[in-house]
Parts: sequence; C-alpha cells; structure tokens
Amino acid sequence: MGRDLGELTIGFLPLVDACLPILAREHGFAEAEGLSLRLVKDMSWATVLDRLLYGHSDAAHLVAPLAIATTLGRGRPAAALSVPFVLGLNGNAITFASALADRVCPPGVLGEPNAVGAALAVVAQERKAAGERLRLGVVHRYSSHNYMLRYWLAACGIRPDEDIEIVTVAPPFCADALEAGEVDGICVGEPWNSVAVERGAGRIVLASAQIWRRGVEKVLAWREPVLADKREPAEALVRALVAAGRHFVNPEHWDANAAILARPEYLDGSAELIRRAISDRLLLACGGEPVHFADFMFQYREAANFPWVSQAEWLYTQMVRWEHTHFSPDEARRAARVFRPDVYRSALLGTGEPLPGASSKVEGSLTGLTAVGTQQGKITLESNSFFDGIAFDPADLEGYLRLLP
Amino acid sequence: MRIAIVDESASRAAVIGEGLAALDDCELFVVTERRGLVARIAGIDPDIVLMDLGNPSRDVLEEYFAVSRALARPIAMFVDQSDDEALAASIDAGVSSYVVDGLAPHRIRPILDLAVRRFNAFARLQADLAEAQGKLAERETVDAAKRILMDSRRITEPQAYAELRKAAMNQGKRIAEIAEAVVTAHKLMGGI
Repeated sequence: MGRDLGELTIGFLPLVDACLPILAREHGFAEAEGLSLRLVKDMSWATVLDRLLYGHSDAAHLVAPLAIATTLGRGRPAAALSVPFVLGLNGNAITFASALADRVCPPGVLGEPNAVGAALAVVAQERKAAGERLRLGVVHRYSSHNYMLRYWLAACGIRPDEDIEIVTVAPPFCADALEAGEVDGICVGEPWNSVAVERGAGRIVLASAQIWRRGVEKVLAWREPVLADKREPAEALVRALVAAGRHFVNPEHWDANAAILARPEYLDGSAELIRRAISDRLLLACGGEPVHFADFMFQYREAANFPWVSQAEWLYTQMVRWEHTHFSPDEARRAARVFRPDVYRSALLGTGEPLPGASSKVEGSLTGLTAVGTQQGKITLESNSFFDGIAFDPADLEGYLRLLP
Repeated sequence: MRIAIVDESASRAAVIGEGLAALDDCELFVVTERRGLVARIAGIDPDIVLMDLGNPSRDVLEEYFAVSRALARPIAMFVDQSDDEALAASIDAGVSSYVVDGLAPHRIRPILDLAVRRFNAFARLQADLAEAQGKLAERETVDAAKRILMDSRRITEPQAYAELRKAAMNQGKRIAEIAEAVVTAHKLMGGI
C-alpha cells in the first residue's frame, strides 16, 4: 500500500474465467496495491495475443497452451511469454446436440466419462462408415479445451482427426453452430454452454473437471521482457488477483459479482447464467433444474493460482501428441520455463497465502486429501486425478507420452 | 493478385475495398458473412487475406490456415520481422493480414500500407460522425434549456441564449454544459 505503481493494461475475452482481473479492478484490490487496471476486451484469442505482442496490453487472459505455443513459435515467430499466475482451473463443459446427447448420456445428470465415451465411440464409427464423421468444436487449436477433449476421446478409443473431426468455433457462435448442425458438439467455457442449453440447441454431457479433476485452464500471460521491466507492478497484480480470487469464491458475493461480470463492458451477458457457473451449478438441459457439480470452476483453494511447472510440461506433451511432432528436450525446457512460480512466490512471500514447497508435482496422482509440504502456510490437496487413472510424472515426459494411446 | 477482405462491417469493408481497387492487377473479394466463411475463403483462393482485429472468426480462420499448410498454397499471418514498426502500425489500425507463402514482401507491403491507411481513414470517419452526432445532441440540449428559461422567466429566445452564454463565461464552462445543468435541474424540480 502507499506506492503508486501506475497503470497496467490487461486484455481479455468475455468469459466467466476473466473474472479475477475484472473483480480486482471493480472491488479495489488493484488500487489497494497501488495499481490502476485498464481492461481491454477482444473477441478472438488471436487479437488478445496480437495486442500483447505489440504492446497494446501489458498482460493478458490467455488459454494456457497458447502461451506455450507462442513461446515455441508455433504459427508465427517465437516470442517468449511468462505466466506468473494461473487464472483458474477447469470451468469448461462439453455440450452435444440433443439427438447425440440422448444416445450417449442418460437424461438429467452429467454423464460418466467412460460410459459416455464408449457410447460415443459407437456413434463415431457409424457416422464414419456413413461418410459423415462426427464434428466437434473447440475454441482454439491451442486451448485446454482441445487438449482435454482429445485426451478423453483418445482414452475412450476414439481417434481425433481420424474417427472424428475437431474444428475451431468462436465461443459466441458455439450455440449457433450447434443449432445450425455445423457441429455435433462443443467444448467451451461458460457462459456459452449455458447459452446453447437455454436456446435448446443442446445438452451438457460432461464438465472438463470430470476429465482432469484439476486441469489448468486460463493463465495471466506477459511478454517475458515486459514482466522483467515491470516486475514490481506485476507482483502487485499477483497479490490483487489472489484477493479477487478469495472474494470470488465466497458465496456471499456471488450475486454482486455475477452482476458486475454481466455488464456490457465485460461479458455483456446474463447475470443469471454467470451466477450459475460461479456457484458450480449447471442447467444441463432446457427446462430442467440446475444440478450442482463441486469445483466446476476452481479459482482459489489449494493454491489453485500457483503456476506449477508440471502443468506447463503436461501441456507440452499434449502439443507433441496432437501435432504428431517429435518430442524435443530443448522445447520441453522452454515450455517449462513459461510458468514462473518464482514470481508468484516472491509476490506472496510474507503474506498469509500458502505457498507450496515444490514447484512441480506429479499431476493426477492424488485420489484423496493429501497435506503437502509448504514454504509458508498449510495446503491440503484434494483428488487431482485424470479420469483414466494415468498419472503424469514430469520426471519422464517421453515415458508418459508412450503410456498414452 | 487475389485479395480477400473479411469484415463484418460492410461499410468499413467498402471503404477498404474502394482504396484497394485503385491498385493495378488486384482482384478484390469482400466477405461480410460469418456463416460458411472458411468455404468462401477456400473458394476465393486468395493471395492475401485482410481481416479486422475485432472479428470473432479470426481464430477459426487461423486454424484453417494452419491446417491448410498441407495444401498447395499455405497461408500464414504476415509477420515481416525486418519491419516490426509496419506490423505495429497495422495492429494499431486494427487490421490483421494473412499472406500466401512465397509472396515477395515488396509486393505485399504497398497493399498492407494502403489497407492500414484505409482502416485509419475509416476510424477517422467514424470519429467525425460521432462528433457530429454529439454536436447535434448538444444543440438539442441548448434549445431545451432556452425553452425552460423562456417559460419560467418570461424572456425572449435571444435573452435566454444570452443568459446561458453569460453563465458559461462566468463559470468558465461551455454553453452546452450550462444547458445540460439547466435541463437536469429542471427535471429534478419536477419539470419534464
């Protein structure tokens, strides 16, 4: 408090998980850290990234794999990005057109990933034989949506790009694309599944948290040199975002926060649908009652915002897996360096926030409550497993890739 | 050269297109419809694609370009590393450009420069329009304030205007601001 650290500009896409920067600004958490936040809304990840790379913004709300793809120079010249803060885990869902949903998932409940996958495999083969492969939409080639969806499909014996087609659909058009039959299903963040459900265009069959219980989703990305230049305000921003996360998960604030996020300058959407997502409730089908799914979105507990290096490494393995490129130890190192636990630690050292002792962990190895070693405070992690029970050990990336179908 | 302009704003696409039409040896295609965008672009088979930064379909088109790398004419975002400033200018103007592999930068640059100028010109047009609309609204407010003064103080229109001008001069404000205050006060006092 006290020092004026100036203005930071943050780019975002109108999605519920852009909540922390928005609330840090609206509730004065940024101001309390001496920061003034300017938020710039865009309509595509490509534009959010362009603004970040060409200096229109200091930091950006970004799909995690895109931060790694940009660093490795996929699709454009490499530009090193740094992630000192994870904006949240999970919060996406898979919505199928109603006729397809009825074939693969019982009504009124979220499906069981193995059962839905097995039933979907049958439909996929039928459609492939008929020369009309199933087509599923994701929001970006380098998105957690794409990697989580593919992970699930492959584990259920469905080969993406061979048995079914995966295409990119912009989030605001997901409901349209389902309705028009351009896609048979979508994997997208909120509020866009709910918008499709409300319009009767489809039914939610799975939450991404059912595929990986603690899957990394959006991150706060900086250009590496900008983060180095603005290290002090960047650390102040980490503290402001943590405060926003604590506020966001408190049920007392859900109504007020949903109303803020719904405003025209932010999501420009329905406060009712947004409130459902932040309270972990999902209306699965039009006309039904919302069901509760614990930790649908995960923004604060268990040091959720800590940028585990192992998460970046998992994302890199999936990039290699789906681009069918060779695993490169050099690329793996550069990918791992994108996540910056050192900045997160230095920002929160001496505050009441718990800090893990390690910077990397075996992902998906916990099936119950586990107390972990810390640098400060206490952390008890809950189950973080993948639905197929395979754990990811960052000590052996190539071995992990060989384990996967 | 075949140039596709993808813009959901038909009027902006027209302004850009008009500028590029002056170029020799260029065929222009304007795409404003979102549905079937990828098929349309595939049909046009462009050398250059210009797209506004606000277009939600950018990620969809980039995905198509990435996949089409296996095809005969791969397209990529135009990133001329020798000239970062030009690219920054195009981002500032709000236009992104995608270029078929193998086109020489000296053939692309004049087209991109022109597109950037037209995007900026369109932004200026819109700013002028917004300003003109603002002025129109101001004039209406001043008229309303004059009527309030004429009715409540039984003075003529020139006298009412003189009163507004005097108050503005005394307070170092614009006449429109004083008029706004009169209208607001009148509403608060129960007027219409």
